[in-house]
Amino acid sequence: MSKTTAYIIKRLVLAILTVWVVVTVTFFVMHAVPGGPFLGEKAVTPEVLAALEAKYGLDKPLIEQYFTYLRDVFTRFDFGPSLKQRGQDVIDIIATGMKTSAKLGVIAAFSALAVGVVLGSVAALRRNRFIDKFIMVITTAFVSMPSFIMGSLLLIVFAVKLQLLPANGAAANGLILPIITLALYPTAYITRLTRSSMLDVLGQDYIRTAKAKGVSGMKIIFGHALKNSLIPVITYFGPMLAYIVTGSLVVERIFSVPGIGRAFVNSIINRDYPLIMGTTIILAALIVIMNLVSDILYKVVDPRINLE
Amino acid sequence: MLKKPFSLHLDVDAFIPATEEEKAYIVQMRPSTTFFKDGVKRLLKDKVATVSFIIIVLITLASIILPMVWPYSYDAMLGVSPGKPVDASFNNLAPFEYGRTELKRIEAGENVFPHIFGTDSAGRDYFIRVVYGARISLAVGFFASIIVLIIGMTIGSIAGYCGGKVDLFIMRIVDIIYSLPDMLMVILLSTVLNLVLSPLIEGTALARIGTNIISLFIVFALLYWVSMSRLIRGQILSLREQEYVLASVASGARGSWIIRKHLLPNCISVVIISTALQIPSAIFTESYLSFLGLGVNAPMPSLGSLASEALNGMQSYPHRLIIPAIVISLIVLSLNLFGDGLRDAFDPKLNA
Repeated sequence: MSKTTAYIIKRLVLAILTVWVVVTVTFFVMHAVPGGPFLGEKAVTPEVLAALEAKYGLDKPLIEQYFTYLRDVFTRFDFGPSLKQRGQDVIDIIATGMKTSAKLGVIAAFSALAVGVVLGSVAALRRNRFIDKFIMVITTAFVSMPSFIMGSLLLIVFAVKLQLLPANGAAANGLILPIITLALYPTAYITRLTRSSMLDVLGQDYIRTAKAKGVSGMKIIFGHALKNSLIPVITYFGPMLAYIVTGSLVVERIFSVPGIGRAFVNSIINRDYPLIMGTTIILAALIVIMNLVSDILYKVVDPRINLE
Repeated sequence: MLKKPFSLHLDVDAFIPATEEEKAYIVQMRPSTTFFKDGVKRLLKDKVATVSFIIIVLITLASIILPMVWPYSYDAMLGVSPGKPVDASFNNLAPFEYGRTELKRIEAGENVFPHIFGTDSAGRDYFIRVVYGARISLAVGFFASIIVLIIGMTIGSIAGYCGGKVDLFIMRIVDIIYSLPDMLMVILLSTVLNLVLSPLIEGTALARIGTNIISLFIVFALLYWVSMSRLIRGQILSLREQEYVLASVASGARGSWIIRKHLLPNCISVVIISTALQIPSAIFTESYLSFLGLGVNAPMPSLGSLASEALNGMQSYPHRLIIPAIVISLIVLSLNLFGDGLRDAFDPKLNA
């Protein structure tokens, strides 16, 4: 077994273990809440409460509930019915929200990647010139600004003052502002990452050799430098997704986008336990898988990298 | 004097006082410097880091001193006075506007302290709320980092020093916690801890701090120590092989002594730097949670909850959103830049 295969297997085991830990922690933490999920309902008689608990299987021993839940989640992606939105299954609510959120997230991620790589390369190639310094100052500011502040400011400027774009995410063109808000931080981060790795690559011997052979500037940049300087960017894929997922919670709240993030925040406010658990598990699994993919990709793209 | 090669007689010449010329060799050209002094000197040369540091100190001092001397308090609703109906003219004042009773007092020739940023929807002076919010955010960031530091340092040094099975066990736990999506876990845990903690601490001194803040600290203690302990373990693993540790072991020192006296002081610069960079990330997390409604308990303000409240009245009162936004960005930006400066000054190895 080669070293790479061993590494991939190890990471796979860790990923599965992590998802299991998430499911377990979520389950027991949610069941540790005093009073159970029906406490908030007004005037529930003991009989009704018992009937409700029997219906949702809450009268069984905790450990039995846990194994039932585990089995349902891992074999059928069944997170049970929502407690507050009667007649809807958690997985359906998540699937509906996911359609909007996935569009939002994927567009944000790819625009961040495209803009970030271009800006980073420009900054590296014009090192210490005005344009480089300008890009670095702007990106430093964006990296330090929480996404909810960024979103609110964009909302004030473009939706309230200039009235160029709608403030409601459900309207036509409504996703433009949320996408910009979500993409700004990853763009700034990728710009800085690309710049530093491009500078590193430009100092390598093979770039000097290429120059000495008389290869044209464009060919050096696109054929040699850019390709190699993108390797560290791959490692940022996982963290970027994590950022976009958590960022979408606030961004969807600010712009009232009907996505999974808003469903999650609302489920917390409404104490809709199955929905909180289901959303946490799905989003966590998504992040863990993306981290796994980006780490393995990193290893496959550059076999020189020693992972331990 | 005759030289006898094997005699034990002293060579008298060696005891002649040194000439001026010889003395010149041992004059100190420059006073010797300690590691700390050297780092501070490099830090002061870094203009960005120095300016950031001054900004942090100013904001910190302001958030400590201003609430003491300010005529308004953060939770006093100015329109509410006992025995009278609520005076709504104090609610939603624009900057430098006054409430009805205040206008009367001004006409009567009294000096009324201005509401620099106006008031909020409940008639509370907004300036002092922002100052107080900055204080809460800074305090949360600072204490959360201290908690992370203590736990991470203890566990990291035990793992690094013991090695073997203990290390393997601890590092597997670290691996799992590290790959947990932290924000989701933070949200989940603080939601639940809020509900679990509130009956437990009712009536005690802790209730004043609020369940949300306490659960935030608990969450930090549970989840965020892992990167710190990884860092310290790595440092200790390399330091453990040094000769002076071997010497200490040989003279019978106990493990805890070696960790405290030899290993920790040698990784102190790494520890300081990562603690400094932990503070802005804790402030970030706090404001994020406050924005989702999981942060500090009302009426206590934090910068995140101020921004969150302002979101509803944003059309009419955008300044209430912009002011906390600027303050929080300024704090996080200067802490980040200062942390970067610290890293460059105290750990030149990392710079490469």
